[in-house]
This record gives sequence, C-alpha cells and structure tokens, in this order.
Amino acid sequence: MSELTAEAPAPVSTAYQNWYRFSRNPTAVIGAAIVVLVVLAAIFAPWITPHPDHVGAIVNFRARHLPPSAQYWFGTDNVGRDIFTRVIFGYRVSLLLAAVVLAIAVPLGVSLGLVAGYFGGWAEIVIMRLTDMALAIPPLVMALAVTAVLTPNLIHAMFAIAALWWTWHTRLIFSITRTLRGQEFIEAAQILGASRFHILFRELLPNCASAILVKTSLDFGFVILIGAALSFLGLGVQPPTPDLGTMVATGADFLPDRWWESLLPGAAILFVALGFNLLGDGLRDLYDVESVR
Amino acid sequence: MSSESLLSVRSLRVDFSTYGRLSHVLSDVSLEVPARRHVALVGESGCGKSVTMKAIMGLLAEPPARIVDGEIRFDGRDLLRLKAREREALRGTAMSMVFQDPMSSLNPVFTIGDQMETILKYADRRLGRARDRKGRRDRVREVLAQVRMPDPDRIAKSYPIMLSGGMRQRVLIAMALLSEPRLLIADEPGTALDVTTQAQILKLLHDLVAERHLALLMITHNLGVVRESADFVYVMYAGAVVERGPAAEIFARARHPYTRALIDCVPKLSGDTTFKGIDGSLPDYAAPPPGCRFAPRCPIAIAVCNRAPGESRVGPDHGAACWRAEETRA
Amino acid sequence: MTEPLLEVAALKKTFPLRGGLFGTVRGQVTAVEDVSFAVARGEAFGLAGESGSGKSTIARMVVGLTAPSGGAIRFEGRDLAPSGSSQERRAIQMVFQNPGSSLNPRRSIGQSIAVPLEARGLTRAEVERRVARLLDLVQLPASFRVRYPHELSGGQKQRVAIARALAAEPKLLVLDEPTSALDVSVQAKIIELLIDLGRSLGLAYIFISHDLSLMRNFVARVGVLYLGRLIEAGAVRRLFEASAHPYTRSLLASVPVISEAEAAVRPREPILEGEIPSPANLPRGCAFHTRCPHAFAPCAEQFPEARQLDVDHFARCHLLTRADKPARGAHEQFEQGSAR
Repeated sequence: MSELTAEAPAPVSTAYQNWYRFSRNPTAVIGAAIVVLVVLAAIFAPWITPHPDHVGAIVNFRARHLPPSAQYWFGTDNVGRDIFTRVIFGYRVSLLLAAVVLAIAVPLGVSLGLVAGYFGGWAEIVIMRLTDMALAIPPLVMALAVTAVLTPNLIHAMFAIAALWWTWHTRLIFSITRTLRGQEFIEAAQILGASRFHILFRELLPNCASAILVKTSLDFGFVILIGAALSFLGLGVQPPTPDLGTMVATGADFLPDRWWESLLPGAAILFVALGFNLLGDGLRDLYDVESVR
Repeated sequence: MSSESLLSVRSLRVDFSTYGRLSHVLSDVSLEVPARRHVALVGESGCGKSVTMKAIMGLLAEPPARIVDGEIRFDGRDLLRLKAREREALRGTAMSMVFQDPMSSLNPVFTIGDQMETILKYADRRLGRARDRKGRRDRVREVLAQVRMPDPDRIAKSYPIMLSGGMRQRVLIAMALLSEPRLLIADEPGTALDVTTQAQILKLLHDLVAERHLALLMITHNLGVVRESADFVYVMYAGAVVERGPAAEIFARARHPYTRALIDCVPKLSGDTTFKGIDGSLPDYAAPPPGCRFAPRCPIAIAVCNRAPGESRVGPDHGAACWRAEETRA
Repeated sequence: MTEPLLEVAALKKTFPLRGGLFGTVRGQVTAVEDVSFAVARGEAFGLAGESGSGKSTIARMVVGLTAPSGGAIRFEGRDLAPSGSSQERRAIQMVFQNPGSSLNPRRSIGQSIAVPLEARGLTRAEVERRVARLLDLVQLPASFRVRYPHELSGGQKQRVAIARALAAEPKLLVLDEPTSALDVSVQAKIIELLIDLGRSLGLAYIFISHDLSLMRNFVARVGVLYLGRLIEAGAVRRLFEASAHPYTRSLLASVPVISEAEAAVRPREPILEGEIPSPANLPRGCAFHTRCPHAFAPCAEQFPEARQLDVDHFARCHLLTRADKPARGAHEQFEQGSAR
C-alpha cells in the first residue's frame, strides 16, 4: 500500500481559496461589483435605459437643459436628450475601445517581454532598448501627433495609444521572466527536451498570469481615462453616438448653472475608472499573498 | 521531574481556523524542560511541533490559531494568563530562540555587531536595565567568544554575507544568549548545514547547556541528532506526544508503534540495508480519527484504538500513549 | 568488459570571478577538477560530498545544463555535446532536490508529466494514456492528474518529478539529493520506489547526497568529493568498512546514527575543526590539508595521485604513500566501471 491509497480527503481547492480570500477583501468586492455593474449595464443598455431612442439623431427642444428628475435621471442636455441613457451607452464606447487597445497591447507586450526575459543576449538588448524609447513618449501626445497626421478620429487615436501601451507589459513580464528563468522547473523542462515555444508559453506564461491580470485590470481604468481625455479634446466618436468625454466637453459650456450636463458624465467616468482600480488592487492583494505562501 | 521544571507545558490544545474549516492541530501536548537539561521534541513535518514551539514563545497568530486549553508554565508562571506586555518581556530575555535558517534570519545590510547591539538594546529596555554603548559592545564580544568564534572583534564588524553557514549559525546562537536566558529553544539546529559543521554546532549547544546552566529545548525531525545530543525525548505525531523518555531508553526500547516505525525508517550505517517506510499519511486535522490519531496507519491497531489512549508507564521516566505499549517488547 | 553507459573523464569546471567597477574577470573559482568515473548500465553510483564539493555542478554537466570547462562526457560510447538538449541527452534525466520548485506551480500534475511526451510529438490520446500509466508506476492515484503541486505533499511531488523524468524514457537518472527535503518516513518510500523502478526498467542512477547512511543502502559504488576533487571512490562496502581517506573517515564519524551498533562501526576520528574553505580560495596542495588531523609535509605542496587500494577502491592521499606501493593505472580501472 503506497503512502497514498489511504489518502486524506482532497484539500481545499485553489479556486475556493481564492474566492474565499477575495470575497473577504472589501476593496476587491466593491471594485468587482462596480465593474460587473458597468459591463452589464453597457451590454444590456438598450433594454435597461429609460430613453434608448435618445441615442440616435433626435432632438427634443422642449426638454432641453432639464435638471435631474424622475423622468430624466441625470437631466437632459442641450438638445433635450436624456443624459443617463447616453451615459450608459457611452460606457459601451469606453469599454469597447479600452478592450481593443488592450487586446492589441497586452499580447504584444507580454510576448516581447517573454522573449527578452528568457533568451537574454541580443533579443533582450533590442527589445528592451526599444521599450525604453517607447516609454519616453507620452501616450496622449503621441495620440495627438498621430491624429494630426492621419484623420483625427478616436480609432486612430486609440491605435496610437496601443502602439505605446505594450511597453509597460513588456517591462513587467521581462523582469518576472528573468527571475523565473533560473527556476528548477524551467531547467527541468529544458532537460526534458521541451521546445522553446513550450517553455515560453506553457511554462513561463502561466506564472505571469496573475501579474498580467492585475495590470490589465488597472490598465482598463487608465485607458478609459485616456480615451475620455482624447474625446474631451475633440477626438471623440462621430455624433450622435454618445461618448463620455465629448459629453463632458459639450456640457462644460453650460457650467455652472447646468452642472449636470458636464459633471454627471464626468462622475460616470470616475465611477468606472474607480471600479477597475479597486478591482486591480484587490486582485493584487489576492495574488501577492498567494506568492508569499 | 515536574516541580523543578523550568518549562512545563500541560495538555495544550490548539485549533486553527482556515478557509472556514476548523482544524484541531494540537490535541494534547504535555512536556517538561528541567533546568540544565537538553530536551528534544521530535516529529515529522505536519506533526505540530512548530505550532507547539510558537505557542511556547508566544508567536502564534491568534486568529487563525486559538489556544483552546492547557497551560504553559515558565518558572512557575502560566504564560497563557500573562498580559501581552509581560509575555513580551520574557521573550528574547529569559526565554529565547535560535532560528533554523541562518541564511535568512540575519539582515544582510547590517553588520553582526550592529544587529546584536540592537537586540541587546531592546532586550535591556524590556528588562528595565541600563547599559551604555560600550557596555553593549563588550557584552556582544563576550557572547561571541562564548560560542567559540575565533575572532569576535572581526566577526562583529563583518556582514552576514562574509560569514560561512556554520559561523552564521553560531551568530544566531550568540544572539539568543545575549540576555542570559534560562531557556533556549533551538529550531532544527544545523539542518541547513553540512554534516561536519552540524556536528560542531550540536556539540556547542550541548556544552553551553552544561557551562551556562541553560535549559535547551531542541525541535527537530532528525533522529540521529537527537540520540547523540539530547537527554530526554518527546516524540510527537499528529498533534500529540505519543512517547516520552530518556534518549537512550527511547532508542533502545521504543514502545509506541510510531516511534518504532520511525526508527526503522532511518537508513542504517551497518546491518540491514532494506528500506522501510510508513504507509498512509497524516490525518485530516479538521476531521481527525476518534481516539488514537496514529491508528489508521498503525500495524498493530485494534478495536479499542478508537478511544484515546492515556499514557502507559513503561519505565520509571518512560511513557507511551498506546493501548498496547506494554505488549510491545523491544 | 561491457562498455559503461556513462563515462566522465577528467571533468573540470571553472567559473569566472567578477569584481571591480566594470565586472572585469578577476580570477576563477574551480568548482570541479579532474573528476573521472563511469557508470554501468543499471548501476547505482553515488556521489557524496558537502557544500562546495562540486557534486551539483557535476550533475548539471552530465545532464547538459552547464558546459564543462574541460574533460569529456561520453554516453553509450559517444561524446556528448557540451550543453543543451540533444537526442542523446534525452536519455539522461534528472530529479531535483526540492520538489516544491522543480514542478511548475501553475501547471497541473498531468500537464507537468506530459512535458517530455508532448516534446516528442505524441497524440493527445497517447499522451493521456502514458500519463495515466506513469502515475500508476509511481503509485499515485489517477485522480492526481488534475491536481496542482501545492495540493500535494513533498513525497507526492517527488513521485511526480520521478514520473516526469521517466516519461522521457531515460537510461540514466541523475538524482540530486532527491529526498533531503523529505521526512525520513517518506524518504524510505521514495527510495524503495527508485530501487523497484531501477530493477524493472533497468535504470542506472547517479545518486547525489550528503547523507552517507542513505548512500550505503542505495548505491553499489560511491565517490567522495571534497572541493571539486574525487578524493576516494570504490565499492560501497569497501568505502564504509575500510575507508582510507581522512575526509571520508571524518565524514563517517560525524554521521548521526541511532543505534550503538552503528556507532561502533564508525571510524574513530575527532570532530573536524574549522569550515570548508571557499572554492574561490582553494588551499595549495591537497585541498583538505587545512582541516586534516593527519596532515604532514607533502600535503601542502602537491595534490596526491590516486592510489589503488583494492580491486575497486582508490583514494588520493599522501598518507597512503607511506605504507602502500603506488600502483600505476589503478585509476583507469575504476574509471572503466566495476567488473561484475
């Protein structure tokens, strides 16, 4: 009989442990709640908003500049559209754009970081110096410069952001990989004849997963903010599609009397960014503790 | 044995609460460390010896731990009934600990002398003793000499990275001796060191007990080390002491099936070359078996083993917690 | 005489010592010097030594993680490439000391064991089949396939490490202190498993350990290392009952034993003074002379040649020249592997 057959019951699974710790962390739970709320609201926007038709090209001059009320929860804007509805639809734009930027930046950044960290030598020199150069350029300025050359629209601007955003992930993954490279399980994989692709993406990458998750959550908040800043500066999507940054900009003309037109969309941006930040922090607490184990 | 014991642990029970489950880690631990004796607490990983040690030193984080029952008497006073401040006053002074891993227990950015003087400063403060810088410096040199360091002055000025493993371990022992403790608790001394260096360290500890009137409680999983240096042995399994007795007696005439199995597991330098392990594994502390916790793995378990055995006296100072202790002949 | 499976000849490894402002090379550390031994098919060979002995470095060179600075390694008669994983090297696998760090914490047991199988390009179904068979071979339940390392005990993890190494179908398994991190009751089971596997699969082992009692009960021949040199080697019985080198004797004398019978068998040597010198600062002549209780004049001058003491036993010590006649070629005999 092996030391195993009379086995103790299956231990508490990792998933359960993580859930347990996560659910007892107020920051994490609040952050997760906000994010889930916003994402669901964005997905089900047409069904949950009171005036979904206000998203289109519609004017309602009799209802212009109305303060928040039971009928128009966030009030109405300068052409009489319900701000609340437009905020919820505006979330769609913000989330979608952030998702696209990160969907480009994260895989690219992570792959470069893995290669630079594992192989070292020339790969490291080339990639990391490129990263250094890219990091020296402020994303916002880059976006403006790019749009000055190409058509000024939000898509181009966000591609410009993506073109610089990968650098943070490369740095992070590079330093993690460099440490992991000397670990015994990597040496074991080498001795066992694993291909380099396998070592990079099947051995090293899973160990970076928690760091990537934390960083990406935090990034969502930042990218949404940058997107809002760009649209505030005039690079928003084409009207009449609602866009949070644009709403803040147009509403700013009517401050301070009609504060709801600018401040409430602004608060909505704050709300979603806060949610992602708290979630990211909560995840970081969760995984940091785990790595101490 | 009991009244002159410096340290006396009686019926200690400790529970741990993790992920919503309650684990009964220590079920009934009793041990005594008389003055000027070298006592060993032996057990494998997961048996609860570290938890016992932390409970004695007052280092158990409660929660998630909870001391359910029992008493820990040091010099007659029950440590569990003391206030936190009084408990702290004892730690590092009358009762101090030598940690296991010299590599990670020393701060790499301070010299040995600095670290030791700092420890001494805070210990003095706890004891309400006044000592100036020179006094501390002298005491540090004195203690380094006590642990047989070749050049105390040079060592005090060195950084940990400049010292070898054996020297670092001696430094840890020196740190524990700074405030003239009466009880030294050594956690796996020499485990991280080479065999030849370990032998030196064990000899040093044993000599210190004799020379400095110390009591030494050594926590270890290495049976060979225990036989050669300890006076008295407590064998732990799954949160309880299963056998206790003088070292020579235990190794020659162990009566508890676990102790016998454990001794059989150690590879021998002469004689039999076969390997014998122990089947099965530790019980789930959240749902331990009723009665004897070793019963599920015991080769001679019988029906009555599902009731907790008390201690059977099998010798003047030798006890085993087993229903069949008297039948087991050496 | 049959050809040995593995032959190591005059193996040497030095590391540059860097220092100063720009990390210029200022000297070197000789981790391994002039080490030669052979391992026959299906044989268990031991390498014993303490820290700084070079045993892990030798293991890493045999397995291809580090390139030797000198000497040669021949496997099945052919020279091996200095490092990297080639086809030939696949037949040499390793089990590391610390089961906690040799398994990828983020991959399941099944995935870890499958690594060498996937590297060979087997189909999914075949991989699954073999993983199940390997788990069975190391006496772990099939349900462990989906568990993660941190859910396993030390002994169980080590079994997984063994299963993974076996998946590559090696002929030689290098065991680097495989049980040092385990409790003694678990250690016994793991060694038992290794012995069974060795027998049924015809595996050869290089067993590295500082635990001499363990060595005695597991290997057939053993070499003792001190600061990178093989100072004594031979059949295990000879070495333990008639050790010749003062270091071997001191090592045996310091092994903690648990019975009077064993204590009586140990050589009578005083406890060694001092510490093992740093490999960066090797003593002149015989590296052991600074701590040797029997050192005399030639010891500080020159490293002793190997002296043959018996059919399968040699030692490098000047003391032996006083009584024994030096024998030429004795060293080579040992290197060819024992005649069985």
